[in-house]
Amino acid sequence: MSEFALQLLYTFDGTIRLATPLILCAMAGIFSERSGVIDISLEGKLLTGAFVAAAVAHTTGSPWLGVGGAILASVCMSMIHGFACITHRGNQVVSGLAINILASGLTVTIGIALFRQGGQTPLLAKGERFGPTEWWLVDLFNHVPILGTIYRELISGHNMLVYLALFLVPVSAFILYKTRFGLRLRAVGEVPAAVDSAGVSVIWLRYRALILAGLLCGIAGAYLSTAQGAGFVREMSAGKGYIALAAVIFGKWRPVPALLACLLFGFLESASSRLEGVPLPLIGEVPTQLMLALPYIMTVLLLAGFIGKANPPKAIGEPYIK
Amino acid sequence: MTESLSGENQATGSPLALQLKSVSKSFGLVRANRDVDLSVEAGTIHGIIGENGAGKSTLMNILYGLHRADSGEMWIDGELTAIRSSADAIGHGIGMVHQHFMLVPNFSVIENVMLGSEGGSLLKEGRTATLKVLDDLGQNYGMTVDPEAIVSELSVGLQQRVEIIKALKGGARVLILDEPTGVLTPNEAQQLFEILKVLRDDGVTILLITHKLAEIMAITDAVSIMRNGEMVGHRKTRETNPQELAELMVGRQVLLNVDRGVANPAEPLLAVEDLSLTSSGGQELLKKMSFEVRAGEILGVAGVAGNGQSELLEILAGMQQATSGSIQVLGQTITAKDPKDPKSVRAMGVGHIPEDRHHHGLVLEFEAQENIVLGQHDGALAGQGKFLDNRAITAHCRTLMDTYDIRPTNPNLKAKNFSGGNQQKIVIAREMNANPKVLIVGQPTRGVDIGAIEFIHKQLIALRDAGCAILLVSVELDEIMGLSDRIMVMNAGKQVGILDREEANEQKLGLMMAGLSSDQAA
Repeated sequence: MSEFALQLLYTFDGTIRLATPLILCAMAGIFSERSGVIDISLEGKLLTGAFVAAAVAHTTGSPWLGVGGAILASVCMSMIHGFACITHRGNQVVSGLAINILASGLTVTIGIALFRQGGQTPLLAKGERFGPTEWWLVDLFNHVPILGTIYRELISGHNMLVYLALFLVPVSAFILYKTRFGLRLRAVGEVPAAVDSAGVSVIWLRYRALILAGLLCGIAGAYLSTAQGAGFVREMSAGKGYIALAAVIFGKWRPVPALLACLLFGFLESASSRLEGVPLPLIGEVPTQLMLALPYIMTVLLLAGFIGKANPPKAIGEPYIK
Repeated sequence: MTESLSGENQATGSPLALQLKSVSKSFGLVRANRDVDLSVEAGTIHGIIGENGAGKSTLMNILYGLHRADSGEMWIDGELTAIRSSADAIGHGIGMVHQHFMLVPNFSVIENVMLGSEGGSLLKEGRTATLKVLDDLGQNYGMTVDPEAIVSELSVGLQQRVEIIKALKGGARVLILDEPTGVLTPNEAQQLFEILKVLRDDGVTILLITHKLAEIMAITDAVSIMRNGEMVGHRKTRETNPQELAELMVGRQVLLNVDRGVANPAEPLLAVEDLSLTSSGGQELLKKMSFEVRAGEILGVAGVAGNGQSELLEILAGMQQATSGSIQVLGQTITAKDPKDPKSVRAMGVGHIPEDRHHHGLVLEFEAQENIVLGQHDGALAGQGKFLDNRAITAHCRTLMDTYDIRPTNPNLKAKNFSGGNQQKIVIAREMNANPKVLIVGQPTRGVDIGAIEFIHKQLIALRDAGCAILLVSVELDEIMGLSDRIMVMNAGKQVGILDREEANEQKLGLMMAGLSSDQAA
């Protein structure tokens, strides 16, 4: 296999790893936004999840308990958002921002109080985090040229949460389009009064959407600190929640297109880290800072120019008043 | 004046589908319903009539569980029932067709119909059952509609049909319709009435809420009249007449039809030629409109809402520019190349009573006196120089409030705190006081009570007799026929034709509103 193809394969491999938290957060965003609640607080929920996962995994020694804790904490954050903007009809953007600021301060403060390591959690040992899962038949396929390498590097060898995230995309689409809950969820984001007059509670539907969003963000957070990383570092979400929100909009609030958007953003990030310091033909060596900024620049450009006409859920951002 | 039907019913022995006993509901200090009694016989069409704000909608929302009554009893089929939510109401066989459709526009018909009664946690199971319900309703009542059609692509009449199907799908025995004909063409309304009659004959009890007396007379069996949150009377429809109903609604004598007198039209003051408007998306909103309005006449523009009337009004008032064509106003020419803004149009002597008083006629957060000089605030009315003379403005406002009977007579009250009728009178007072030579009027009595309608109509006739050229756009056909000297019908941005008042009748206009030319309609 040529060097270039191998590099490309590694870039794709990185794409999947980097896109995983985006995918989970994007599905979360689809649920809350389809129900009519703007979810800028994906970022805060992600960060909270990351911290709690690492803290619980370190304390109990079990990464799965870490995921559980992360989900719980992230759902709590979601419920604060819901209490402010569903029950009390507060401004959803302001409430979301408040959650993000709260998460950014709270994780560090509690981190310092618990572990005294400047807001980080201690480095997680091997058993306390998700390791790569070797798929069966890797050894068998290893001898097959090209396909074997692809199977080994790209398909196999990720941790459980990566597969879980990918699995949750069709699940989300199924829930959204094929179930009673999904029909009501889509309706409540468009014309909540129609749902209300059909005898279904708008408030409870939106809360359920936010619980789902919290759950997914919790898993994403756990992925950051106990699968991709080995412990919590302050501000480790680093804008991924916002990128995921961009992917939701880019994917027009639909699971599969949003997945593709997440993969695109993941690819840009993966490529930028591979291209650091590598001289490019015609351009020469590109400054590291520019490469790091590339995914964000592309996000802005894509959202500005290529998205076409996005039709957000009609009732998004509007509290429901009878 | 309050009386109850329950005695009569016990006498005749016909079963009551629905009975309300002293139902009350307050919103803060406003008492929307006060000790309301209502008895509805099973298998009848029962009208509820009253002015805007009389409490009809509140009462129906209580029945349907959207609001909860503060006190009172509700009996359904002879049983005391508590309805706490729409789900309860649906469970008791009550269905409602709302004035503003409760439809998700980007859903298909079947998805809309299923919403709320999907018949299982997966959609697949309920789909077949719902298709069968749609099929049955289509066959039994002639209410056919394509289950896979996207609702936003359906006509308003068909959308309403979907609403009715939604209300009936669970086997509703009581159907509430809130102002169902407001958005329909006369023909669509006729079709709706046919369906309602079939439903009634099938044993469904129908509650029809409306402010249109003609509908009550045409289709109901009995009628209850509401005023200021109270039930003020119950009548058998065949034992009453529009005049009596109107007086019960308003609480005093009213003229249902203002005497139009004879118009003496003179030279044209407003002439429109080949006026077209294309939206930025390429949609043709107005197509080659050509007409004129003469001094001393009212040209009525009839049409179902959304057929280009709003755009026409905005162009004539200078709020929007036409794509092509010209407008001659009082000897001056406005073309697409040489547009005029609303201020210069006004300066030419054109008054404008906008369709939407909340957005274009008033600043709701401003006081009445500020609103009454709006647009004239840099003229002599509001004081000399750069400063507003508040004392002069207040005095001016008081004078106009007296002349135009605007109540309460408080110049410092914010516009939003006046009733719809009085808000409209503020706009009318302002525009008429400027002595316009040409007056552009949009929906002058939308959301206005009968008493104020009478007053506004008289003012328009008086202005016409003073030699003003008036263009009147209204979706109320009665209003168009009551005031206009000539009637232009619009459909899909085109003028279908112009009729003299004498040639016009409701049926002919209705056909023209649906797009048939005046020859075809004749």
